Amino acid sequence: MSYFADVRALLRKDLLLELRARDTLPAMLLFVVAVFVVFHFSLPDRSSDRAAGGLLWVAIVFTALLGLGRAFVPEREQRMFDGLVLAPSDRSAIWLAKSLATLAFLALAEAVALPVFALFFHGIDGTTVAAFALADVGICAVGTFVGAMAVVTRARDLLLPLLFLPLAIPILIGGVGASVVASPARYLAFLALYDVIFVLVCWASFEYVVTE
Amino acid sequence: MWRLSRGREPLQNCDNCAPVERSYRIPLPALAVASLVLVTTALALVFFVAPTDADQGFSQRIFYFHVSIAFTAYLCFGLGAWKALLHLWKRDPNADLESYVGIHQGVIFGSLVLLTGSIWARISWGHWWLWSENQLVLFLVLFLFYAAYFMLRFSVDAGPQRANLCAVYALFGVVLIPVSFLAIRLAQRFIHPIVFTRHGAAFGGWIMVTYLVSQAAMIVLAYTLYRVELSGKRLDARLRELRRAFA
Repeated sequence: MSYFADVRALLRKDLLLELRARDTLPAMLLFVVAVFVVFHFSLPDRSSDRAAGGLLWVAIVFTALLGLGRAFVPEREQRMFDGLVLAPSDRSAIWLAKSLATLAFLALAEAVALPVFALFFHGIDGTTVAAFALADVGICAVGTFVGAMAVVTRARDLLLPLLFLPLAIPILIGGVGASVVASPARYLAFLALYDVIFVLVCWASFEYVVTE
Repeated sequence: MWRLSRGREPLQNCDNCAPVERSYRIPLPALAVASLVLVTTALALVFFVAPTDADQGFSQRIFYFHVSIAFTAYLCFGLGAWKALLHLWKRDPNADLESYVGIHQGVIFGSLVLLTGSIWARISWGHWWLWSENQLVLFLVLFLFYAAYFMLRFSVDAGPQRANLCAVYALFGVVLIPVSFLAIRLAQRFIHPIVFTRHGAAFGGWIMVTYLVSQAAMIVLAYTLYRVELSGKRLDARLRELRRAFA
């Protein structure tokens, strides 16, 4: 059980940090609302609800990207990584805790963003919410992983979107598909499959990202 | 930054830190001659022997190159991932460079897939780009993914950490290929319901022979280029070591 105790301690650290500094979640919220306003003016009159539904997914992926870019900043600024890697725990716990923290931020951001979207554009059904729940897992798992890669490079913030977006294309396909078609079971299953595959791959290979 | 060893020997603890030269069974000149002969034979077969397609006419001949290049690109990505696995698993000191060169060849052949596919789409359907062509879209996604591989590689200083990051990313690639393929097929249902079906002549006789020869030509060509680039990169590393030794 000590593995989960490690994860809980790391997660608690991230949540506490956000609670005190408040520098990620407010930025994500402001960003997603600003993007909705931009979308309103970039969608011509009489464009379909389907187009707006697709843009919602783009907005959420970019908002997640904003949060993921901040994920490893405290560790980098305080030079905490050496300590974390030296700690007598499994290294994948670092990834798991960070993914759960970004998942919490993203879920909170969506808890505001989806009602705002419904207010500005059109209503959202249960299937779309389920698709977002499944997609969030994949976005946070993969995004945190490539975020840890990007933070050790010289390019840093520049590199994260480049590494993340090609990996996020299947998530977008599954999510948009689930939102627009009549029988979304296939797309939800695909999102779940993506989550399982990539969570396992990230969990198994995170050790190599932080060690030499 | 994170200079922590995994409790094993450092990768290069010798005095001469250039990667050890690996001995190959087939010498490079023989490979070069073989690829020249095979590519020439393939060209001759494609243009003079293979029958003209009843449906698409002369332009269908690009199929022999397009498909064999695509298959070769997958092989290169697979080779890159396999070498990445060898790096992480066996700590093979050569594997990092070999993985990089494999992926580099994969990206070159992948760009050729995009180019030939685009030409074929233009001639057959009148558009340079078709989102309904699964293979083309998949190669575009892979191209973006592996282009980011180079960004990653060139923004980390050479060393064990770069080798690890690149190896993990290369392994992500072979996971992404089937997942993206599935996703793009699913996307057809709501983005482009019309699917072009290719019902041409039966796949036999000279068509089969021409295809197999072109396929062999492309694989041998890719392997030759891989070996050429690898020996160049190794020479470069050794030269740098020598310079450092004399400085």
